[in-house]
Amino acid sequence: MTAVRMIVCCKQVPDPEAPPESFRINPELNRIVLPPGVSAVIDPYAERALEAALRVKDDQGGTITVLSLGTNLLPDVVIKPLSMGADELILLDDEAFAGGDSWSTAYALSMAIKKVGDYDLIFCGRQASDWDAGQVGPGIAEMLGLPLVTIARKITVGNGKATVEKVTDDGYEVVEVSLPALVTVSNEVGEPRYPTIKGIMGARKKEPVIWKPDDIGAESSWIGAAGCRTKLLKLFQPVHEGKCEIIEGDSPGEAIANLVAKLKEARIV
Amino acid sequence: MAEYKGVMIFGEVREGKLAAVTTELLGCGRNLADALGQELYCLLVGNDITSLAGEAIAYGADRVYVVDTPPMKDYDTDLYLSVSEKVARQVMPCIVLFGQTAIGRDLGPCLAFRLGTAISTDCVELAIEPGSKLLLQTKPVYGDNARATFTCESYPQMATVRARVMSSPERDGSREGQIINVEASLDAPSVRTKVIKRVVEESTGIKLEDANVVVCGGRGIGSAEGFKKLEKLAEILKGAVGASRPPCDNGWVSNSLLVGLTGKIIAPDLYIAVALSGSSQHMTGCSGARNIVAINKDPEANIFKEATLGIIGDWEELLPVFTNKIEELMAGRKKDR
Ligand SMILES: Cc1cc2nc3c(=O)[nH]c(=O)nc-3n(C[C@H](O)[C@H](O)[C@H](O)COP(=O)(O)OP(=O)(O)OC[C@H]3O[C@@H](n4cnc5c(N)ncnc54)[C@H](O)[C@@H]3O)c2cc1C
Repeated sequence: MTAVRMIVCCKQVPDPEAPPESFRINPELNRIVLPPGVSAVIDPYAERALEAALRVKDDQGGTITVLSLGTNLLPDVVIKPLSMGADELILLDDEAFAGGDSWSTAYALSMAIKKVGDYDLIFCGRQASDWDAGQVGPGIAEMLGLPLVTIARKITVGNGKATVEKVTDDGYEVVEVSLPALVTVSNEVGEPRYPTIKGIMGARKKEPVIWKPDDIGAESSWIGAAGCRTKLLKLFQPVHEGKCEIIEGDSPGEAIANLVAKLKEARIV
Repeated sequence: MAEYKGVMIFGEVREGKLAAVTTELLGCGRNLADALGQELYCLLVGNDITSLAGEAIAYGADRVYVVDTPPMKDYDTDLYLSVSEKVARQVMPCIVLFGQTAIGRDLGPCLAFRLGTAISTDCVELAIEPGSKLLLQTKPVYGDNARATFTCESYPQMATVRARVMSSPERDGSREGQIINVEASLDAPSVRTKVIKRVVEESTGIKLEDANVVVCGGRGIGSAEGFKKLEKLAEILKGAVGASRPPCDNGWVSNSLLVGLTGKIIAPDLYIAVALSGSSQHMTGCSGARNIVAINKDPEANIFKEATLGIIGDWEELLPVFTNKIEELMAGRKKDR
């Protein structure tokens, strides 16, 4: 058994499971407006990435460092990975990191990872549930010159390499990758574990480490809004016509008969 | 940026043919190339694929770059990245497009970062802005609760394109084009990933992506047994079964049945949504369906905002009656013939 040194990138996002009708846009700011009651959470895919790392740790022993980049990071939200079993939390929390895109985010994270230094495996979610881009993982891999496996559902480590089951369009592949490497994790890995009481108590006692752009030696024109390679022109909400015809009936039989009649009439069946 | 010219699409091969998403990309790329007054290129990587270059031309390409060699038989990130980087640096296209597939999701961002440019993934709309001639890249964000349009001023401008949102052009066998073979100079030590097993999960019956009718179950179905009842209806309608996220997560059905943002994107004629709430992440996978019929016991469920026809009630009562009625209808039709 060799202790595996792991880094997991976890993003804070607006709760993606909030009801669709609660999402609003501020067209002037080109931003989502968080309705009251909708909270921030750790991105669900990042939670799975962490779960994958915790399973490697269960199996092989090791350490997990969580990296989170953002502004207005909420302590209650971002310490969740610690309470699930991660060892260390590093926050890249600074106004200069705000307004970034996949490019500037991958750059800042890769600089932070360089500063962490020792690592065997880096985990990211397959995408984050706000911009759904799926680029930060591949971007970090490219910037650090690491081999990459995307959309993983299972990761095991041994003999200096990782064996990864990767979901494909019509099945899966088993990929062997030399370490250090970067893996992006998908939903199929399974449910993330719940924090334990002990984990929660332990997490409260740990002080997150906060790094500013200077701490990671980041070029200021490459981070946050300044480092964006893409420009957001417009954010809008698709219009749903909402013309559903509700079929009634005094009994299930009658309702179904009415439905089938409609379907026949419209030549749908 | 005068030196960047032309639109290049990355072609994928499935079962010895151009993948459907590839012909869709050729159609989309053709429109963009025409809007710019430039050429459309297709890059084909694989083994024994040269014969498909003519097909790419028939679907709209002006030039096809072919990397045809046994080591390229199957997708591998490092191998494919090195050849696509080589071609992109040589050809210097101003736009590069991939399908939003397992390969495109992997290779697209890697190539963009390697070339020092950005990419928009999962685009559902691409256009050339008339004044600036920049590529307008529109994609769902926040689980398709919103959409965003991006531009990128570094080159090449890159995007991955969602399957089934653009239509394939008509095949025109008389089109002419140029086929250019590219040597893959493989540098063995740079290959750090090795695929040791490939598993294709065979689906019985009609494939979800190809089905005209899809019967899709949600969390409310409650069990694997419940899905058997959906299978029966699907079979009678000569369709396929799909699922929302919870039935997959709970192991009632295979993950390959997942419809949605992170599952399959489908566009059947008829989509029967049973006991699912219609979350935006789910609906983005089936919003291309021509007709949506919803069965749900909650009149407030979002699915009733998205459906064409709906019945409010318990699926366990409604579905067996529905199945019988449809079965009768189909049997009657067979007799008439
Ligand atoms: C990043 C991210 C990506 C996601 N990607 C996807 C994706 O690709 N695909 C996907 O599907 N989901 C996806 N999800 C999950 C999605 O947000 C929803 O959680 C999920 O779609 C809900 O599934 P559901 O509608 O089946 O369940 P629920 O929302 O729980 O709805 C169940 C419905 O069944 C009804 N019901 C219950 N019992 C009965 C009965 N007896 N008769 C009739 N009706 C009944 C209820 O009224 C309810 O409306 C994603 C989530 C995230 C965060």
